[in-house]
Amino acid sequence: MKRQISVTINGRTRTDEVEPRLLLIHYLREVCGLTGPHIGCETSLCGACTVEFNGQAIKSCTMFAVQADGGRVTTIEGLASNGTLHPVQEAFWEEHALQCGFCTPGMIMAAKQLLDRNPAPDDPEIRHGIEGNLCRCTGYQNIVAAVRSAAAKMSA
Amino acid sequence: MIAQDFNYSTPATIEEALGLISGGEAKLLAGGMSLIPLMKLRLAAPGHVVDLSRVAGLSGISEAGGAIRVGAMMTHYEVESSALVRARCTLLAETAAMIGDVQVRNRGTMGGAVAHADPSADYPAALQALEARVTIAGAAGTRVVSVDEFFVDTFTTGLEPGEIITGIEVPVEPEGTGVSYQKMLQPASGFAIVGVAVRIRKEGGVISFARVGVTGLGSRAYRAAGVEERLAGTAGSASDIANAAAVIADGIDANSDIHASAAYRAQMARVFGARAIQAAVNRAA
Ligand SMILES: Cc1cc2nc3c(=O)[nH]c(=O)nc-3n(C[C@H](O)[C@H](O)[C@H](O)COP(=O)(O)OP(=O)(O)OC[C@H]3O[C@@H](n4cnc5c(N)ncnc54)[C@H](O)[C@@H]3O)c2cc1C
Ligand code: FES
Ligand code: FES
Repeated sequence: MKRQISVTINGRTRTDEVEPRLLLIHYLREVCGLTGPHIGCETSLCGACTVEFNGQAIKSCTMFAVQADGGRVTTIEGLASNGTLHPVQEAFWEEHALQCGFCTPGMIMAAKQLLDRNPAPDDPEIRHGIEGNLCRCTGYQNIVAAVRSAAAKMSA
Repeated sequence: MIAQDFNYSTPATIEEALGLISGGEAKLLAGGMSLIPLMKLRLAAPGHVVDLSRVAGLSGISEAGGAIRVGAMMTHYEVESSALVRARCTLLAETAAMIGDVQVRNRGTMGGAVAHADPSADYPAALQALEARVTIAGAAGTRVVSVDEFFVDTFTTGLEPGEIITGIEVPVEPEGTGVSYQKMLQPASGFAIVGVAVRIRKEGGVISFARVGVTGLGSRAYRAAGVEERLAGTAGSASDIANAAAVIADGIDANSDIHASAAYRAQMARVFGARAIQAAVNRAA
């Protein structure tokens, strides 16, 4: 049985009729056309589907779209403002923190969550903060460097 | 999309939620970090899902009468970052911070973790060491049970059909108690292959109080009474600790799976048990 939900996604509120069994990631990608968040594993392990829900990083493959009713979702598409990249996006670019880019949208959302809560993390804290996100290319080294650099930019 | 369609309700009160689950058909949804993966695997296929996220009375963390009450819907992140829990029941905050990853901690709840009773879950070790109590609401009213009674077996608890966990109560830790939770984790998920939670108090240079909770080893989390007895009255030297940790797996039918054999798990329980005791002894004033 379909239900009506109203969700504010990247600052714009929209209303849709969805089945309760529709996962948030499928709602974002297939109903809203936001293909930034990726589906890597669909088993809650890889973090490629990470988005922000009410200000917190979550795995959108492990939440139903109906659970987001009345809430706010930010996807990677919503991070840049007026053509200016978010400092975490900029740092990923500058520090070469991606190769194929598949993990990147989720990795950036997880990194943003970390810096929102801890503006000056050390390397072990950075690694702890992104442990829910897998990258098969970079070996994480440059990702950690990018988060460090973003932290410096954001506190400057 | 999950294979099976279901009805979805969002009750606003505990009474309304109890009414919706009274038929036995419906399944409660908290953070979804265990239930949704099970539904994807079709190990759970409820026809009706009752979302607790809008129910009043299941949130909040407060202190009263020497105890801290954590509402069932408090997320692992809310527990790990609560100033009250960090200051007054450090073991619980430190355990919460070691669950899964940040995205899981942002959604998963204490009530859900306790209800799920995964034999490798982290909270049950701490809750056993803390002699915590679970508050349960049902059609007949509210009841309180000790975690030791509550955890019955693998994925099996003392929760009756039609009941809802409303909160968990832990004691306010007296000043000077040294605590530690140490786990050998399964690297993909973070679940404990074994995990040991310890609370130690000293008086006049000897251990006057010891509580040891173990998860991951057996079919349910348990209190290692034999270890506690061996620690009591000792100075907590390295050899006292080794002597106590040696019996941590005694009488337990150890789990065996692709991650660890029963003998290896038992050995790791002794190793991580000794580390947790040592860390707690070091922190005890
Ligand atoms: C990738 C990943 C890694 C994880 N790693 C760890 C880890 O390292 N350590 C660890 O301990 N856990 C881990 N977990 C599990 C996690 O802690 C879950 O949050 C927890 O087990 C379930 O809580 P939930 O709120 O998500 O419950 P849900 O999934 O919503 O519900 C779980 C069960 O509890 C029942 N239930 C929920 N709330 C109540 C209530 N108030 N009263 C009665 N019944 C209720 C539901 O009906 C269901 O049967 C991990 C999970 C994932 C996805
Ligand atoms: S797709 Fe959600 S965690 Fe991998
Ligand atoms: S850049 Fe390819 S998976 Fe991370």
